[in-house]
Amino acid sequence: MLANFLKGSAAAAALSLIAALPASAVDLQFYFPVAVGGGAAKTIEGLTETYMKDHPDVKIDPIYAGSYQDTITKVITAARGGNAPQIAVALSTDMFTLLDDDLILPFDDYAKGEEGKKWIEGFYPAFMENSQFDGKTYGIPFQRSTPVLYWNKDAFKEAGLDPETPPATWDEMVEMGKKLTKTDASGNTTQWGVRIPSSGFPYWLFQGLVIEAGGKLTNGEGTETYFDSPEVIEAAQYLVDLSTKDKVMEPGILDWGATPKDFFERRSAMVWTTTGNLTNMHDNAPFPFGVAMLPEKAQRGAPTGGGNFYLFKGSSDEQLEAAVKFIEWITAPEQSAIWTKATGYVAPRPATWDTETMKDYAKGFPQVLVARDQLQYAKAELSTHENQRVTQFLNDALAAAITGQKPVEEALKEAQAKADQVLAAYR
Amino acid sequence: MKIKRDWIWGWTLIAPALALIFLFTHIPALMTLWGSLFSTPRGRKPSHFVGLANYERLIQDPTFWKVLGNNAIYALGTIPVSMALALAMALLVNRPFKGRALARMAYFTPTVLPLIAVANIWLFFYTPGFGLIDQVLGLFGAGQSNFLGNAGTALPAIMVVAIWKEAGFFMIFYLAALQAIPPQLAEAAKIEGAGAWTIFRRITLPLLMPTTLFVSINAVINAFRLVDHIFILTGGGPDNASSLLLYYIYETSFRFWDTAYGATLSVVLLALMCLLAIGQFFLFDRKVHYK
Repeated sequence: MLANFLKGSAAAAALSLIAALPASAVDLQFYFPVAVGGGAAKTIEGLTETYMKDHPDVKIDPIYAGSYQDTITKVITAARGGNAPQIAVALSTDMFTLLDDDLILPFDDYAKGEEGKKWIEGFYPAFMENSQFDGKTYGIPFQRSTPVLYWNKDAFKEAGLDPETPPATWDEMVEMGKKLTKTDASGNTTQWGVRIPSSGFPYWLFQGLVIEAGGKLTNGEGTETYFDSPEVIEAAQYLVDLSTKDKVMEPGILDWGATPKDFFERRSAMVWTTTGNLTNMHDNAPFPFGVAMLPEKAQRGAPTGGGNFYLFKGSSDEQLEAAVKFIEWITAPEQSAIWTKATGYVAPRPATWDTETMKDYAKGFPQVLVARDQLQYAKAELSTHENQRVTQFLNDALAAAITGQKPVEEALKEAQAKADQVLAAYR
Repeated sequence: MKIKRDWIWGWTLIAPALALIFLFTHIPALMTLWGSLFSTPRGRKPSHFVGLANYERLIQDPTFWKVLGNNAIYALGTIPVSMALALAMALLVNRPFKGRALARMAYFTPTVLPLIAVANIWLFFYTPGFGLIDQVLGLFGAGQSNFLGNAGTALPAIMVVAIWKEAGFFMIFYLAALQAIPPQLAEAAKIEGAGAWTIFRRITLPLLMPTTLFVSINAVINAFRLVDHIFILTGGGPDNASSLLLYYIYETSFRFWDTAYGATLSVVLLALMCLLAIGQFFLFDRKVHYK
């Protein structure tokens, strides 16, 4: 009797537990990286919370997965093991790699109708360049950035330069850099004119120089690189000369992560780094600073950078539709404005800039507009098949040239030969 | 009959450990060897048998030879220095003096820290301009350094971190061995009129030989196994100047996703480690025991 009663109540409890869950709860996993300091992870988790409150039928599990590199490694490992997340943010340049591994799906199939089309067309074209392939959209721009030049207005004043005028050309940057480079009595440099960090992924800022010189690194299809073209060699020579000939930049490989600190400590009067550092600079720079577009040679130019949303294979249609709805929501103007304000990433849709939040923000902090205005000159970031490996050839060549191991032209020719070997299989 | 039953007993007792070791060491090693004979699967292109093609590629890969050379320099540079330091520190803290426990702890601290944490500490030391080294050098009017950013100094900078981390660990073994040496031997030698150097060279050092063998095998393994600090300090750069074999394996397998070539490199590492360990045992084992 008692046993029966217990059994019955256990069954009832189990039933009520099932009933308590929403009828069609959709579970989503969402991997994201954080590449800049500050509260970026908290902002993403906060936005996800808000979404779930308004949509109780969806359960999203946001997983902070480390750096971009860690995230893509975790995502590919999970996908190969048959546990792909539905959503992940990864570098826009990983698109070809993810396509070659047959891991991702186009958004066009899930963002249907006029509305879906309008959403996808609502992003800046510069950001869509490495988000689309063969007429399909595989990436939705989210934490996108572009490099800009930060300059210390106090240092400009001390050097007798107009603190409101940043260098507009390559030559001006060298001239100003010479005035800004200070040495002490014993001949040691205490302040460098400019710093273009070169650790880890030197190709990115370098690509800015290449576009400015009027060249390009790839054919956009991911199958050809032009590492030894005259413009690329010219750009590399300029970069190397900054340290060796003009002596306005510290020699050797310059650390990426230490760059903001280096700027705050007044060791470099101008620095090139991502706009993703803007909020950090704004909060921590102990002097007034300006933000400018990168200087020009033949033309203005900068690469885009940063991460896109990707949609992964291996989930039910229901999950994928829910995933796309969430991505539509988080890239909508209001949410996107919160994200841009928290980090400094460039809002990827013109509509975001028309929100009250962004207008107020830009009024008090007009520097945020520079990156947006630079977008008209921006080109897609270097991306090819087997992207990480091909990019590493260029990174190694640049490191060898910067540290004086190899002459510029020789290093780049070698990188091109290695890239050709790998990419031949995709042509 | 008795012998047969013992035999079954023995195998039963070691079976669990054996199963684990096969599952997590030997089977993966064999799978790696097998995998190195196939091509890397890429999306719609499945992997196929390529024989020794991956090994041919390895022989022609300049990066492989560079990291192998780096690893040789790394091993030759870190192992003798960290072992000598370990022995010196053990001798120092083996004598009675005030604050001995504190000194022992201080020497051992780097070992307790995870290598990633150690690397972050050293990253601060090495940072050009406002890092600790440059701040100290600045007091003497020296210019700034950029140890991690130059091809000639990146590898030595990495080696210093490894020595700093390893010496304390090896010291513990030497300390234990020193305490196991009967003090009568030294006393007897003193009566015979032997000096401190003779005692060290004729008594202490020979009696420490088994420990030295053990430590040296561990040191060799660690010289190929510990690469965590490279991730933080240089990422293998500039231009692979500070990359080691295992770091290159990681990059190939989990950044470039060239798993077949990663397996090929792993086989080389495995073979190298086996050769070194076997070599050390056979060459030294006969000579280390004091008879």
